[in-house]
Amino acid sequence: MSITTLDRRAFLRTTAIAGGGVLFTVYLDPTSLFAQRGGQPPAPLDPDAFIRITPDGIVTIIAKNPEIGQGVKVTLPMLIAEELDVAWSDVRIEQGDLNSAYGPQIAGGSRAVPSNWTPMRQVGAAARATLVAAAAETWKVPAAHLRTSAGRVLDPETNRSLGYGEVATRAAAMPTPDPATVTLKDPKDYTIIGKPIPGVDNPAIVTGKPLYGIDFSLPGMLHAVYERCPVFGGTVTGANLDEIRRLPGVRHAFIVPNGPPNAAPFSGVAIVADSFWQAETARQQLRMTSDEGPGAADSSEAFARRAAELSTEAPARTLRTDGDVDAALSSAAKVVEAAYSYPFLAHAPLEPPNCTGHFQNGKLELWVGTQTPQNGVRDIARATGIPAENISLHLFRMGGGFGGRLYNNYVVEAAWIAREVGVPVQLRWTREDETQHELYRPGGFHYFKGGVDAKGSLVAWRDHFVTFGEGERFAASAAMGGTEFPARFVPNFLLGSSVMPLHVHTGAMRAPGSNALAFVLQSFLDELAHAGGRDPLEFQLELLGRAPVQGDGARGGLDAARMSAVLRLVGEKSGWAGRPKTSGRGLGIACYFSHSGYFAEVADVSVDDRKRIRVHKVWVAGDVGRQIINPLHAESQVQGGVIEGISHMMQEITIVKGGVVQSNFDDYPLLRMRHVPPAIETHWVMSDNDPTGLGEPMLPPILPAVANGIFAATGDRVRALPLSRHGYSWA
Amino acid sequence: MLVTLTVNGRSATVDVAADTPLLWVLRDVLNLKGTKFGCGVGQCGACTVHMRGRAVRSCQVLVSNAAGAEVLTIEGLSPTGAHPLQRAWEEIDVPECGYCQAGQIMTAAALLTVNPQPSDSDIDSAMNGNLCRCGTYLRIRQGIHRAATLMAADGSRRQPDVEAPDTTSEPAVPVSK
Repeated sequence: MSITTLDRRAFLRTTAIAGGGVLFTVYLDPTSLFAQRGGQPPAPLDPDAFIRITPDGIVTIIAKNPEIGQGVKVTLPMLIAEELDVAWSDVRIEQGDLNSAYGPQIAGGSRAVPSNWTPMRQVGAAARATLVAAAAETWKVPAAHLRTSAGRVLDPETNRSLGYGEVATRAAAMPTPDPATVTLKDPKDYTIIGKPIPGVDNPAIVTGKPLYGIDFSLPGMLHAVYERCPVFGGTVTGANLDEIRRLPGVRHAFIVPNGPPNAAPFSGVAIVADSFWQAETARQQLRMTSDEGPGAADSSEAFARRAAELSTEAPARTLRTDGDVDAALSSAAKVVEAAYSYPFLAHAPLEPPNCTGHFQNGKLELWVGTQTPQNGVRDIARATGIPAENISLHLFRMGGGFGGRLYNNYVVEAAWIAREVGVPVQLRWTREDETQHELYRPGGFHYFKGGVDAKGSLVAWRDHFVTFGEGERFAASAAMGGTEFPARFVPNFLLGSSVMPLHVHTGAMRAPGSNALAFVLQSFLDELAHAGGRDPLEFQLELLGRAPVQGDGARGGLDAARMSAVLRLVGEKSGWAGRPKTSGRGLGIACYFSHSGYFAEVADVSVDDRKRIRVHKVWVAGDVGRQIINPLHAESQVQGGVIEGISHMMQEITIVKGGVVQSNFDDYPLLRMRHVPPAIETHWVMSDNDPTGLGEPMLPPILPAVANGIFAATGDRVRALPLSRHGYSWA
Repeated sequence: MLVTLTVNGRSATVDVAADTPLLWVLRDVLNLKGTKFGCGVGQCGACTVHMRGRAVRSCQVLVSNAAGAEVLTIEGLSPTGAHPLQRAWEEIDVPECGYCQAGQIMTAAALLTVNPQPSDSDIDSAMNGNLCRCGTYLRIRQGIHRAATLMAADGSRRQPDVEAPDTTSEPAVPVSK
């Protein structure tokens, strides 16, 4: 089976460069729009990339998408360079600023690979064909006689050759072929795709060159800090501003009112000083009064209490129903009832949010790292009234994203402050600002009843999901779809939901939804396997084998055969069948499908008599299609996703009186070197599908794999995260 | 107050409040942006520099306590990226977002100065104070081993870039729980 994920069509135009060379302008157009226009190429607007070839043969690719550490700055140029047939050492990559000419500029959703895999290779191949045609015209020979290799056009009959740089200027005057018609390389001839290509910014990173938004400065720049109302949705009504203004170095202190409903800026006090340290020192003297509003009633404890009450009632909404779950539960041989929950989490990118702005003559210029620069400009225009066309934005590499920079609250705050002070100003969030005022992965509650028959087969599944929202609307990232496995594989199935009002701001975090759902769904499946006396791996394989749901993997539906294959592979590699049964140590297994990727993971876990947990090793089996584009970054993403998932298990953002209790890495811990599994082994199933993204799908299954490992080691079933709530710590 | 310190071999005099953390003097006054801000409370290690030959969290050092001290930042470790750790980091492709890596390298450099052939457990103890949000820990460990090998090969040709600490009886870096 082969699935094609060609959802965009590529076009190419050439322009001559003053002084010699050629600029290829790349356009990617959704195939749906292409069809609507009757197959007409798009108007010359919205290019997605530029490829510049100068007479020295250097190929510069302008990357328009934000880089957050996921390696997209390398991945997409690799696709172009492969089919262009150049040596990677001749490729330079430049970060593009926000430019309305580029079309969407977004980092998120693991979409870069599936949506660019075919069009970007076609672009490279069409550019190559143009260069070959230019050489053919130079030599007056048919283009079909010519070959290319490492940035040169070769004439095998005469053994002569021309570098791309030498034919670039002529190529600028040549017509370009329709990228959809060019022949792509046979993968066995790849010299770049599938090869380990290191990050392009590594030399700057290891020598400490300025790279990130926080490293930027302007002459005469002031520094701002921003103290928000401690309660989400509250309003600052007053502050000792006169006193603050008299403190050393302070130039401005003012109250920023709430912005549009549920959008930044969130009311607070801005303090602007000559230096960051002066602003931060002055902030310690700040006394604010505020109208806390209804958000003050939000608390983690009240949410848990209310969720338990709601669990005794019928779900407010039915999200999916199959068969007759009540009848099946009453006739099941064994019924398991369990309440699962997980807390709010913060993104905690290591570079705290920051943004530099300069407002003058009605125009605003920004220097910032954001995953969604266009949304940032839109939100600023809405909040400040500065027209979007008067806002320019320079994009920087980010010290982590994880979804935390999808939302531009820090950008809007900086814009507001910049407009107020009229000189260059940099807003820096402290770690405390980030921990207490970002948009959180929402917590949630699942009340399960599951039934197995006398053979231990799953016959009934009931999940009452208590989450956040109002009426039919779920809070951001607090929803659940009706197709999450094991939905569709259990004959009697019910998924219902009830919601609680929430004022805490929420948003997407790496593998949104899945990062929490995998823990509850895969842990409860493990419980049911044990209840039926079945092996957890064999139990899931039997379930997957029941209904051959031929989902289109790339479009969101789960393909049972692909999931079974990664489960079998991880079972084989981890020695699952022959695993020793020792007290205090055990293997846990789990799988999950998200962002078009199939992952199964096994964790080797031990727990000592003081409830200290050690994860000795993790085996990962993944299927993201027939080609791993960059094995170095694929491995990094898998290791990083697994380590992040383990980190989540000990983290919690607690809400008390409408505000966040935790404040920094001392009470919101990240996994440290000593606690990291010393071995994370990655294996790939190379299925015959177009490649899909690796930003997210490896993360979700590690949480239940570790939790199921704790059960295997101790018999203790962890149904609520964080682990610390049950007295566990990392060994 | 006026404070004079030596940063990467050059004398610098700055006029800042005595309680200003060394981190902000390096970044905002001396324009050395390689040393990063991550937490401000000594929890993450992104701001690690060497002071008097030892790895310290620059967010926890008041500039008044750095008066007269020799400070080495990532920019001074080897501006060309020739330090064995920098070479190893590039060779292994350690970074993801890269933000923590200057601090990781500075802590590792201090470790290699006192312990040129560290074991995994030596590395874990020394590096435990440096957070990496992306989770590059396994490659950091591998990078330190690789740098140790490179350093041994370089040993006959040149001295390490880092000044040796005045005592070897204490760990070169604070070891957190």
